[in-house]
Amino acid sequence: MNAVIDHLIIVPIVLPLVCGAVMLLLDERRRTIKGGIGIAATISLLIVSVILLRQADMMPSGSGVRSYPLGNWPAPFGIVLVLDRLSALMLVLTSVLAIAALLYSLARWHRAGPRFHTIFQLQLMGLNGAFLTGDLFNLFVFFEVLLAASYGLVLHGDGTTRVRAGLAYIALNLTGSFLFLIGASLAYGVTGTLNMADLARRVPALSPDDAALFAAAAAVLGTAFLMKAGAWPLNFWLPTTYAAASAPAAALFAIMSKLGVYVILRLWTLVFGHEAGALAGFGGNGLLIVGMLTMAFGTIGVLASQSLSRLAGCSVLVSSGTLIAAIGTGSGAVLGPALFYLASSTLGIAALFLLIELMERLRDPGADVLAVTMEAYGEPEDEDEPAGEVGVAIPAAVALIGGSFTACALLLAGLPPLSGFIGKFGMMAAILKTDGAAIQASTWMLIGLLTVSGLATVIAMSRTGITSFWARMDDSVPRVRIIEMAPVVCLLLLCLGLTIGGGPALRYMEAATQSLRTPQDYMSGVLPAQGAAAEIGRTTP
Amino acid sequence: MMELIFALAVGILTASGVWLLLRPRTFQVIIGLSLLSYAVNLFIFGMGRLRIDAPPVLENVEALDPALYADPLPQALVLTAIVIGFAMTALFLVVLLASRGLTGTDHVDGREDIR
Repeated sequence: MNAVIDHLIIVPIVLPLVCGAVMLLLDERRRTIKGGIGIAATISLLIVSVILLRQADMMPSGSGVRSYPLGNWPAPFGIVLVLDRLSALMLVLTSVLAIAALLYSLARWHRAGPRFHTIFQLQLMGLNGAFLTGDLFNLFVFFEVLLAASYGLVLHGDGTTRVRAGLAYIALNLTGSFLFLIGASLAYGVTGTLNMADLARRVPALSPDDAALFAAAAAVLGTAFLMKAGAWPLNFWLPTTYAAASAPAAALFAIMSKLGVYVILRLWTLVFGHEAGALAGFGGNGLLIVGMLTMAFGTIGVLASQSLSRLAGCSVLVSSGTLIAAIGTGSGAVLGPALFYLASSTLGIAALFLLIELMERLRDPGADVLAVTMEAYGEPEDEDEPAGEVGVAIPAAVALIGGSFTACALLLAGLPPLSGFIGKFGMMAAILKTDGAAIQASTWMLIGLLTVSGLATVIAMSRTGITSFWARMDDSVPRVRIIEMAPVVCLLLLCLGLTIGGGPALRYMEAATQSLRTPQDYMSGVLPAQGAAAEIGRTTP
Repeated sequence: MMELIFALAVGILTASGVWLLLRPRTFQVIIGLSLLSYAVNLFIFGMGRLRIDAPPVLENVEALDPALYADPLPQALVLTAIVIGFAMTALFLVVLLASRGLTGTDHVDGREDIR
């Protein structure tokens, strides 16, 4: 491999940082240039992440991990970036959502407040960094970068609702960061390392006293991550905040709550895998229970939601809960379909968040007087005919919005023919496959919850759909711009692509979980061989 | 003795911080968050083990005995945590003021309790 390709792994962090910094230098009025830079940056991010994904996929299954020492310090001493199939997948998801959200925001949201584009890029930097890093404290730093940017994005557009939601969101996340710090420093105090791979190597050798302390550290850390993932009972902020945030910000936040899930998946499988000795599988039942409670809470929330944006916020909870419970089952076969579900539900939720705003316009066309309109949608002939008569052609925009809404509902509920079904079905099939052993009660409960949450989503979304689309329309046709509709359609088409390419996609996810299930690969990929490490330990001043 | 005082300080700061965090006024919340961040910073520092008269910077590379030195890493971590905590507190302060201006009250819910 040549040198440039080797350094590609740092690009997802550096590129948004540089672009964000350059945009700071530009005057606030030059939004077109900023938008252009942003789009160029996100598209290059997508290209880079796809290349990284292909690289990760081509690595042999025994050593599916590539590490990149920052500043060329060897692993346990310096900070490393780690690329494997899982982090590459998350990078691709992030950049896809980024393009969609940014394109959507160019229609009008980026004019709603200052420094939108810079904050957006910094958010991407934080997300990408958190997905790539192999160091616990570095993870904290990237968490803070993305949280600081997300505070800005929540407050983007101003208004009492946003500030009120933002206040609670910031206070909670600051507290969560303190928990993160306590957990990380306790883990350091016990094991003497912050490198995740080194951590995993040292855990089996801990004395019983230290192991207890380390378990406490892991529990505190887990609480911080679960809070970010939106696990019950630390999730009351999530629907409110996501509903208050502007549409593009909320769409990007869909991946932010998955970051909590990602970190739990990564650290838990790495540190508490089969080789962790006394601590193997620590907290698995807790994750299962918390995940199921979150699913139940989210399901009730979905049914009880009065507004669409709250409904979408509660679907985030359902999706997080499903993933946390799937991790908690501790069965490796569930993880592959769970990752597939993660990808499809993230895309679906992001599309829904973008779509909601367009639907609100449908309900109240007067709200959109400021938006610049295009005549591409909404045929003028329709306006001549009186509305409400049988046989009136549905305006193209309404049909498109309605069709996308139906697709979102199918995705989130997990009904065929879209990709949500494959993910959910795969998870159910995997947890039912017990190799002859009796199926536990918790498994049945999980299957029940998976089904009921899907049913609740169908009920809630069809109820909303009926009131929005089958209501009497006024004469006016909702005004929707192409660059607002295109991201939604593209996200949904990607889900369709996931369905059609379900075989290769699932194979990739299976390979990703295969390397998660063998932490030894991760350790040997990140750390130099034992003897070499000792050598470095002696010579490094 | 030193450990006891240290632990008590962390405990008292945390307890006061949590109590203030749960209070209804935004000013109390921000003071609570600051106290919590002091507690956490002290905690991180303590995780490097408490030592007196031990420099964290290695001077003599030839005769290297790690036991003579304090662990420099938690000190670096504390520095990072302080800086980040400081920035976040400043940002929170701005939001707090915006909330006060928009809602006309300093209650965390943006409206006064109905008594």
